[in-house]
Amino acid sequence: MVQRYGYDFRDYSMTSLKRRIHLAMQKEQGVHTISAYQDRILHDPEAMVRFLDVVSVDVTAMFREPAFYKAFRDKVVPALRELPLIRIWHAGCATGEEAYSMAIVLHEEGLLEKSRLYATDINQRLLEQGKGRIFAIRQMKDYTANYQKADGKSDFSDYYTARHDEVILRAFLGKNIVWAEHNLVSDSSFNEFHVVLCRNVMIYFNRKLQGRVHRLIYDSLPVAGVLGLGHGESLQLTPYENCYEVVDRAAKLFRKIR
Amino acid sequence: MKYRLVVIGASLGGLNSLRGVLSALPGTFRPAVAIVQHRGADADDTLQFLLQKECAHLVREAEDKEAIVPGKIYLAPGGYHLMVEENHFVLSMEASVNYAQPSVDLLFKTAAEHFGSRVIGVVLTGTGRDGALGLAEIERCGGVALIESRRTAFAHEMPEAAIEATLHPIELKLEEIGPYLVKLDQERETK
Repeated sequence: MVQRYGYDFRDYSMTSLKRRIHLAMQKEQGVHTISAYQDRILHDPEAMVRFLDVVSVDVTAMFREPAFYKAFRDKVVPALRELPLIRIWHAGCATGEEAYSMAIVLHEEGLLEKSRLYATDINQRLLEQGKGRIFAIRQMKDYTANYQKADGKSDFSDYYTARHDEVILRAFLGKNIVWAEHNLVSDSSFNEFHVVLCRNVMIYFNRKLQGRVHRLIYDSLPVAGVLGLGHGESLQLTPYENCYEVVDRAAKLFRKIR
Repeated sequence: MKYRLVVIGASLGGLNSLRGVLSALPGTFRPAVAIVQHRGADADDTLQFLLQKECAHLVREAEDKEAIVPGKIYLAPGGYHLMVEENHFVLSMEASVNYAQPSVDLLFKTAAEHFGSRVIGVVLTGTGRDGALGLAEIERCGGVALIESRRTAFAHEMPEAAIEATLHPIELKLEEIGPYLVKLDQERETK
């Protein structure tokens, strides 16, 4: 798979990867053994796309972990105000819910116009979906509740238009988002950012690969740049533990100090 | 040390049962304890706080890749599955398993896979069937299967499903579970 498609899963965390490989195999018609499935994927790029859809966990939501956005607003936004141009990297963005949530926060803080949000993922299909700005209407109740808990300053419904069972987010929220395919496993740093958010992406990697990605992030941040991780993640045990100070412990926000 | 890891699963009514079990564990209790209590994705640290008050050991939410240390009590954070891999925990956000996240079955199965006969599984009160298959797997790998008695469990479904799924489960009233865990910890290695 590495040679044929450039996707390298060898340093993923085996426990959940094994589960998801079996899940993907169950969904694939007519294959019953791992070796037959491997053969299928290597000969059929469509099977690779389907495999990637199952294996790259794309669970996401707007304003997921509202406390994170609240802390971001209170403790990170003030420093961003001083910058002439703000660059934020959403590493492993899936369908972009986090990037759009950030766009809303920046808009409400009057900063969206001078911001560029780089939303990257390994899975091109998810990026295409994210670009469309279309989400299921049944999710809006949860998203609205999250938005309010995150100290949203407006009505969440101001940011979308409903049509049938879908909503489309307003166009200005997507205007400053740059979508790009990027593989944290094999690609290198591509810019310097004031903020890197990589939340609940590295939990699927083993410690060795986590170390590699932390280096990539470290290389992409200037001193005083901010890193955001998921609620269940930690900088402890990574080689970069001492290179950051805590901005908000519960929200897992850190600032590069050296 | 014969047993290295105690895994506990609870759903509806779990707070009371978890308090009952943990408050009976003395500071000398050696195995690590990992707990899955079904709860919402945006749960805060209230549960951790409430359990810590009852408990001689440090209670904390497990972090991804955190080492499993004897004598510590780990809680599955809301919004994640908690699993065991080698000598550490891993977190995952994949979809619910048996309608549950965090999933008791996932914790139990991965604990059995990596700790084998050194695992004690405990299914407490709850609705649904989560934990039954996991407890059966712990038993199959040589570990111990404990189940809260229907006489004390607030909700019977989880204990009943676990009894159905296992071969030699030990059914205990809530107040007996803690002391039984202590007794197991004091057992000598047989090999």
